[in-house]
Amino acid sequence: MTHFIDRRLNPKGKSLANRQRFLRRARNQIREAVQKSLKDSAVADIAKERKIKISTKGTKEPRFRLDPKAAGERDFVLPGNKEFMPGDEIKKPRSGEGGGRGKDAADYAEGEDDFEFVMSQDEVLDIFFEDLELPNLVRTTLKETPNKTWKRSGITTAGSPTQINLIRTMRNAQGRRLAMRRPKLKDVQELQNQLDLLEREQPQSDDTRERICALKAELAKAIARRKWVGFIDPVDVRYNAFTEQPVPTSQAVMFCLMDVSGSMGEREKDLAKRFYMLLHLFLKRRYEKVDIVFIRHTHDAQEVDEQEFFYSRQSGGTIVSTALDKMLEIQRERYTTSDWNIYAAQASDGYTQSGDARRCVEMLNAEIMPLCQYYAYIEILDEREMEVFASEDSGAELWRAYRTVADVWPNFATKRISKPADIFPVFRELFKKAEA
Amino acid sequence: MTDLLFSEAEWDFATLDRTYKAIEEIALNDLKLDVYPNQIEVISSEQMLDAYSSLGMPLMYNHWSFGKLFAREDTLYRAGYSALAYEIVINSSPCISYLLEENTMTMQALVMAHAAFGHNHFFKNNYLFRQWTNAEGILDYLAFAKRYISACEERHGRDEVEAVLDAAHALMDQGVFRYRRPPKPSRERILEKRRRRAEYEEEAYNELWRTLPAGVDPPASPPTLDAEDDFGEEMKLPEENLLYFLEKNSPTLKAWQRETLRIVRNLAQYFYPQRQTKVMNEGCATFVHHTIMNLMFDRGLISDGSLLEFLHSHTSVVFQPEFSDPRYNGLNPYALGYAMMSDIRRIAEHPTEEDREWFPSFAGSGDWVGALKDAWANYRDESFIEQFLSPKVMRDFRLFALFDKAEDSTFRVSAIHNEQGYRRVRSLLARQYDAGTADPNIQVVDANLKGDRTLFLEHHMHRGVPLHHTTKDLVTSHIETLWGHDVVLEEVAD
Repeated sequence: MTHFIDRRLNPKGKSLANRQRFLRRARNQIREAVQKSLKDSAVADIAKERKIKISTKGTKEPRFRLDPKAAGERDFVLPGNKEFMPGDEIKKPRSGEGGGRGKDAADYAEGEDDFEFVMSQDEVLDIFFEDLELPNLVRTTLKETPNKTWKRSGITTAGSPTQINLIRTMRNAQGRRLAMRRPKLKDVQELQNQLDLLEREQPQSDDTRERICALKAELAKAIARRKWVGFIDPVDVRYNAFTEQPVPTSQAVMFCLMDVSGSMGEREKDLAKRFYMLLHLFLKRRYEKVDIVFIRHTHDAQEVDEQEFFYSRQSGGTIVSTALDKMLEIQRERYTTSDWNIYAAQASDGYTQSGDARRCVEMLNAEIMPLCQYYAYIEILDEREMEVFASEDSGAELWRAYRTVADVWPNFATKRISKPADIFPVFRELFKKAEA
Repeated sequence: MTDLLFSEAEWDFATLDRTYKAIEEIALNDLKLDVYPNQIEVISSEQMLDAYSSLGMPLMYNHWSFGKLFAREDTLYRAGYSALAYEIVINSSPCISYLLEENTMTMQALVMAHAAFGHNHFFKNNYLFRQWTNAEGILDYLAFAKRYISACEERHGRDEVEAVLDAAHALMDQGVFRYRRPPKPSRERILEKRRRRAEYEEEAYNELWRTLPAGVDPPASPPTLDAEDDFGEEMKLPEENLLYFLEKNSPTLKAWQRETLRIVRNLAQYFYPQRQTKVMNEGCATFVHHTIMNLMFDRGLISDGSLLEFLHSHTSVVFQPEFSDPRYNGLNPYALGYAMMSDIRRIAEHPTEEDREWFPSFAGSGDWVGALKDAWANYRDESFIEQFLSPKVMRDFRLFALFDKAEDSTFRVSAIHNEQGYRRVRSLLARQYDAGTADPNIQVVDANLKGDRTLFLEHHMHRGVPLHHTTKDLVTSHIETLWGHDVVLEEVAD
């Protein structure tokens, strides 16, 4: 009559459709929140599950409610009277603090409540990509998980017969045989020989007969014990264990170069950060290990940590070539080309000391480009400047200089950007290679 | 002891079955419960979250608000702020109860007694559920609703459907019939419509059409009188069920939108009895599980350890913090319901003088099962409290009534748990549980169909309490979406 049904194996994610509808509904708030969250997170942390806090604007579910605080009168009953007598007056709690009004207050404040929930890595990336207007094919390439391979990982007690580890198995068996005192075949034969000798003796004395009996008993015991303590027992058997591991491709280092002089503001740095994030994401998919080196420069370059890179400000002139010098120095010290793939991403507002651009070009052509897999340069402008420099050919000194480098080296990309959607074309060549 | 049904925390299906049979035996023979057939499903915590976020139903149409609820519950659960419910039970036949796989065997026994017998009996016997809900049909109806809404999404686009559902959800509280049964689509009206159509066809029939060469169709049939253009013919005003009114009379809605409103309205009506019987429903289930678990212990079916585990969980369920406690979050329906029902048993078995005076009809009768079954069948929270809240329970809970006038800076204590106050506290508490006064009383009073089609609503303020203004505006704009023209909501004093 009663039915017990085990539903645990039913497909999960029944509410996935509802979740998609919710994400779609709260699209704008979520996007804002994700962007803020990306801004505060490290470049390497982009592809991670994260907690998102959004305002409930846009996902309100209003219902008619009474508001007894505004006007009118009411009676209500509470539990836990301690000292009140009829006719007593109780001060109303201020702004719903404490007491029996806790719930009411929470209800009324609902409008301003922030709403917090967890977004999966894919959902975050979708929003990140949407902003950058990445082509779909590229999106899937980026989200793909790398290939796996089986790697040995120790010994287990269970496995398939083909994976038996003979040495371990035999060693265990031997240990067990010793511990359990399994008579050796040699010993049994010895006993048998003695017995045969004695039995052949003619005539047999009482003493001999007794010895024969004793030997027979000993022999039977030894044979029984050999049966009982097997040569190999299931407990001895060991198997080689294998686990899945990502294919070890090679390693890459990503140099982030940025001009941090006064002319680079909040907006410029935020754009630059997305640029680095996208490159990092790409490298992460292709290489098992990605190092990031942050180099900031004014008239002088330093290697700094990420926090300082994005958030501290320095004053001074602008000499781009110092950063290139620094990069080369670090590369020589720590990242030999035989072990590392080298990528560089440079962001700047396009100003440098006059004459420096020429030096940059020389360094790039002679030393840096032969080492690099890819070198991407973005010049961050505001919308107005963008109109002025509508043509690729016009521009400041550094821009014009870099254009000549791009002409020579196909793996050198330059782009002027003023909004997130402009970033992707810088990497177009890079992703084309990845797809092929 | 060898009679123990189980001795370990782990459960398996054989143990569940054995335990279920023992519980059933007690429920049917000792408590004389009358239940729908049971269907018990074991689910994982993620599935429990799924069920949470679709109003506890196994099937539900898709809407973002359910996704939002899921996201919130999921976050709270992961952060460890909230534990999952041990069970969810659905008012349907067969009555479906969900057991969480992580429960210990003792908890599974408790949950089966609580849901599969306590709630189940209440669903089957309480007059509100019998009158207003159709336990046999609900799952089929939900399946239909889910299909229908997703077909609409496909045909009309998600945004369109979402807009209607959003608006309809906002009016769910105003989408129930409180005092009369929902009118069936009147048979007369349908017949009348068919008759008129037949008449028209007769009139329009012309012998000539029969002479047309094959392949030539006669002129298209006359425009049919469908639901989309015969609105407003017989508006019955005033109307308190806003969803019903809009479904039948809105000048702008299309047929599928009306059907969508109807689905939401039917759901609201289905859940309405549950809102009116929270104290009783939970009280009944809690009382039943408490009685059954104790009987099982008395008969040597469960061990001391299980009993203690059960009592621990039971006590936390019926815990009632005092009003000044930071944990206070209203009266706990489990606590109040359970206390009142245990008290009914006490009064029937060991009454005091006071009880005899207050409850002459059953004090000392000894038939507590009969008294409780009568209460479960024929009352809702409001009338149950008005009828059965005893002075002893009021003293135990130390109930006291406050009078609150918005302009005053203080509350006035109007009655406490003493001889002079019992009756007043009791009826005030009963009124607090009356869905009729707790929900704002909003009615459609007029619709200007000939002119600019403005819809007039009135909120009859109970004792001068107005609507909360921000939500009022938001909900009104939802009504405007459905009505298609201006909506005026006026607040009038009673």
